[in-house]
Formats: sequence, C-alpha cells, structure tokens
Amino acid sequence: MPVLGTRWNTGAVDKAERLSAIAFALSGKVLDASRLVDVLERLIRPGDRVCLEGDNQKQADFLSRSLAAVDPGIVHDVHLVISVLGRPEHIDLFERGIARRVDFSFSGPQSLRLAQLVDDGRVEIGAIHTYLELFGRYFVDLTPKIALVAADAADAAGNLYTGANTEETPTIVEATAFRNGIVIAQVNELVDELPRVDVPASWIDAVVVADRPYAIEPLFTRDPAEIDDVTILMAMLAIRGVYETHRVKRLNHGIGFDTAAIELLLPTYAEELGLRDEICTHWALNPHPTLIPAIECGWVRSVHCFGGELGMERYIAARPDIFFTGPDGSLRSNRALAQMAGLYATDLFIGSTLQLDRDANSSTATRGRIAGFGGAPNMGSDPRGRRHASEPWLALARGDDGIARGRKLVVQLVETFRSSGVPTFVERLDAVDMAGKAGLAIAPVMIYGDDVTHVVTEEGVAYLYKAENVDDRRAALAAIAGVTPVGMERRDERTNALRAAGVVAYPEDLGVRRSDARRSLLAATSMADLVRWSGDLYDPPARFRSW
Amino acid sequence: MQRIVVERAGGVPVSRRAHVGAVASGNLEVLCEPAGAGARITVETSVDGYEPVWRATLERFLERNPIAATIEINDFGATPAMVSLRLEQALELAR
Repeated sequence: MPVLGTRWNTGAVDKAERLSAIAFALSGKVLDASRLVDVLERLIRPGDRVCLEGDNQKQADFLSRSLAAVDPGIVHDVHLVISVLGRPEHIDLFERGIARRVDFSFSGPQSLRLAQLVDDGRVEIGAIHTYLELFGRYFVDLTPKIALVAADAADAAGNLYTGANTEETPTIVEATAFRNGIVIAQVNELVDELPRVDVPASWIDAVVVADRPYAIEPLFTRDPAEIDDVTILMAMLAIRGVYETHRVKRLNHGIGFDTAAIELLLPTYAEELGLRDEICTHWALNPHPTLIPAIECGWVRSVHCFGGELGMERYIAARPDIFFTGPDGSLRSNRALAQMAGLYATDLFIGSTLQLDRDANSSTATRGRIAGFGGAPNMGSDPRGRRHASEPWLALARGDDGIARGRKLVVQLVETFRSSGVPTFVERLDAVDMAGKAGLAIAPVMIYGDDVTHVVTEEGVAYLYKAENVDDRRAALAAIAGVTPVGMERRDERTNALRAAGVVAYPEDLGVRRSDARRSLLAATSMADLVRWSGDLYDPPARFRSW
Repeated sequence: MQRIVVERAGGVPVSRRAHVGAVASGNLEVLCEPAGAGARITVETSVDGYEPVWRATLERFLERNPIAATIEINDFGATPAMVSLRLEQALELAR
C-alpha cells in the first residue's frame, strides 16, 4: 500500500534548493572563484557526506583548501569520503571541526597526524577500504551529497577534460550526479574547445578555475641510481623463481624500487634467459618510467593505467600502440577500471610491504601511523569469482576432482631487514595493536597470508601455495627470513626437505649466482638513461634531474 | 662505533686477497685475505646495538662457506642482506 503523502523526489528538490542558494556566484555553470568559500558555506550542511577528490596522484586542492577555510560554525560534522587523505588541509578539516567522520583508503603522508587525531578523539574512522570497496560503496551506502573534483580543463557548458590524470573523476561524478548530488569541478583553465570530453556537462553543476593547477605527485617515479645490488638479486630471483617458472604474462607491479629493478632487468637479464614474449607482455600498471627500456625493446604489448605520471605525457602520446590513449593522443587513465583489471584480468600481483608475520600476513601500518592501503589488497588477493583460466593461474590448482580451480599469484617481495636494525619479518604485526587503539573492527592487514602464494627475499623464494600444512608454510617462510626473529627458527633438516619438495628455492636452486647481482645488469642506471631510452620524450620532474 | 669479532676453526684457505664495496651510507667494505687456519671476521660498524644480528649473519655465512681467511668489514649501516651479498662477492674474488 502506498503511504499517503510520500514524496519520491526529495533529493531533486533538495538539490534545486541548494543550487538556488549558490546561484549568486554562478554565471551559467561557471563559478566565481573569489566566492568559493562563501559558496561552500551555503551549499554544505552539517552532517552532509562530501567526497573530496584526493586521489593517489591528482588532488582537488583548490577545493580542499577552500573547504578548510569555511566557518566551522556554519559547516561542521561533515562526513568525508575520500580515497587518499594525503594533504595537510585534509587533516585540518578535522582539527577545525569542519569534518567529523571519514571513510578512506590511504593516508600515506598524513598517517602520523591522522593517528594523533584519532588519539585525541577528533575524528571517527568509518573504515579503511581498498579502492574498489570505497568506489563500490559510493554506489551503495556512501553516496556523496556533494562531490568536489579536479580536471585539467572545462568548456563554458561544463564538459570536463581530465587529460592523462583521469584517475577517479568519472567514478566520483557518476555516483554523485545520478543520485541528485551536486558536483563542483575545479579546472586549471576554461577553454572554448576541449581536446576530448572525459565527463559530460550534464553531470556537472559548476566549474571553477583554480588559483593554480591542481596538485599532483610523481608517485611512481623511481631513480635507477638508487637501486642497489641486493634489490637486483631479489629481482633476479623473482624473474627466475616466479615469472619464468609460471610463465607470467599478465601482471601488476606494486610501487617501489624492488619492482622497478625487475622492470629494468627485462631487456637485459630476462632477455638473455630467452623470456621475451614468454613473460610480462600485458600490464595493469601506472606509467612507470622504469618500464621505458622494456617497452623500447619490444617486450610490452599493452599497459592500462590507474593514473598518469608526471613527465610521461609526451612519451605515452608517442606510444599509442602500448597505452590507452584518446583521439587527442593523451593517456586515458581510470583507477576503478584499472583496479578491476588488476583484480580479475591479471595473473600476478607483486609488491613490497613493511611487515610480514610468520603466516605471511602483511601490513604497512607501523606504530603510531594509520597509513591505510590503496590497491594492493584488491590486486594482492585471489578473486574467487574468477572463471577464466590461464597457464599460470591453472598451475597453482590443487586437487584433481574435476572441479579444481587455479589461483592468482600473489607475491610479496621484501628484504629481510628494512634497515640494519628493523626486521621485515616480525612475530606480530603492528597493525594488530593499532586496530585496538583506533577502535577499528578489524586489523588493517594489507594482504592476508592465505592469499600470498610466494614470498621472495634476498635469501630465496618460498612457494607457500605448495605447502601441505601450516607448519610447512611457516618453515618455508623461516627458511628465507634471514636472521630476523622469524628466520632464526629455521632448521637445516626441515629446510633441506622443503627444498627437495620445491617449497623453498635458494639462489643456487634457481641458477642465480649471488655475485652476478650488479648494477651493470640494469638497462638504465640513472634518470638520464631513462630519458635517452625514451628518445628524449620522457621529461622527468625537476627533483629527479641532476643535470 | 662498535667492534664485533667472529671466529671459526678449520676451513679451506682462500687463495688471494679481495676487496669489494665501499664505505658509504647503507653500504660496507669487505677486505678478505688468506689465512693459515680458521676464519676470523672483524667488523667495525657505525651503528651500535645490533651485535646479535651481526653474529647470526656472519655465523651463517661461515656455515655456508667453511673458509680459512681473515676478513675485515667496515660498515656504514648496511642491511644484513647487503652484508651477506658483499661477503659472497668478496669470496668469489678470493677463491
């Protein structure tokens, strides 16, 4: 029975009311930048759910700085939904009482201040999500009322061009616009004609020209000059012990020097092993500059990107056979779709972490910091919904009862100690204690041990998926954990049995000579080398230039 | 600064002197020379307080490689992984 008097369009009515309250600052869809703080004070009501575009790379910082400047007497107790809580003013929102609750994924640079705010009772954390979970919840129970996003350019009608750094913009806008929310986009410039339309005008309520181009970080740039021999040894072990062994073609590399070293060994070490076309052909990957030599040598067939990378724009535009690019020539990235690709369409995820326990649970949360995680838990997990087979995936199948299925290869690549005194392998993750202090329902484990199939250290490879039981798993991990507390439990007899069974492999078992691990193996040993490989198309940010 | 000495009896003498690495942040220098009987490794490290980690690292190296040699290590905060790798590199040259 319909209830008399029920209205079904309260969202649209509310939206119309709010838009009329800010009409004074709008000329068409173009918002007067000088009145932005005033607009935000009239638009946002206490308790509203606000999505601020804080991505892994791109940041809607004109909007976030303006939001942090509103009067907390007018705008307070906002529920912030944001994937990367990365800028100082994001934290200021809580210190000033403008925002009260947050649902997020990653807080890297602000992890220390966030932990302090939690201690002080100034912020409630709803949950720490993976990117895909958070995006998913934008369409279920965390739909934003207001979205504040960033784009490269807009036209007067309100169409957006997001260039190489599309990242999350379409996902946030879609969730908000189709639920009667209000979308404001900051743009670097207004133009008459856009190179391409990434978000259509009818999804956008207002555009505002920012005081300066949006902030963006070259997160995925690693200088080859900083890669040392130990990292090269680990990369050699990963190539022989995992990539070659399982013929891994479709993959994602996590961020860091360890994976950069693998990329730089493809055209040299892996080429000598005859692995071209056998491994590493299809990628879900940010545009890592260290992949340039492999691309130039013909190793790579395709790369789909989560975001852009500063300095890589011209190189990517000149390699449209490799990257996803628009008709205008520039990269089209999309974090939600790349995460989905990384979850379902790749066969391997490999990445580093700060701590691993004896069951291979991993975490980047360390004492006094609430860092969260980005995409690693999505890509570093076995998607049980997967229904397509591939050679490496099938190779990990257990049992032969006719319905055996494969597994994604989830590889943790870590040096046994992070610095001379800090072991990577620990008895107990700091994340466990941190969860209690922060009032989280679960410990922020980045990758669960039961999803980890391989661990690679400078000591060797543990094929955890082959272990028959928990004891064998722990013994295999101890066998490659060096002189850490976990590694000191290694027993020679047990280790030899595991080596014979192929559950543990040391360098000599894989045909890797430790003393061959030298920087001369790298296809590029400096940023200048990468620029040369790119035919001068790669243009590194100033901080990476020594010339 | 801390000095750590690890000794082990027996072993096959290395045949020549070797020098690898450099004293730079996160790195170390290893000097290896032949000795009549037994191995003696002397570490000078800029980082205090990690003697058990050093001992475990060096003892594992000597277990894996029963050599007779005098080895000097000048360390500037290298990880155990880097220590092991430099020792292996020095041994390769000294054999």
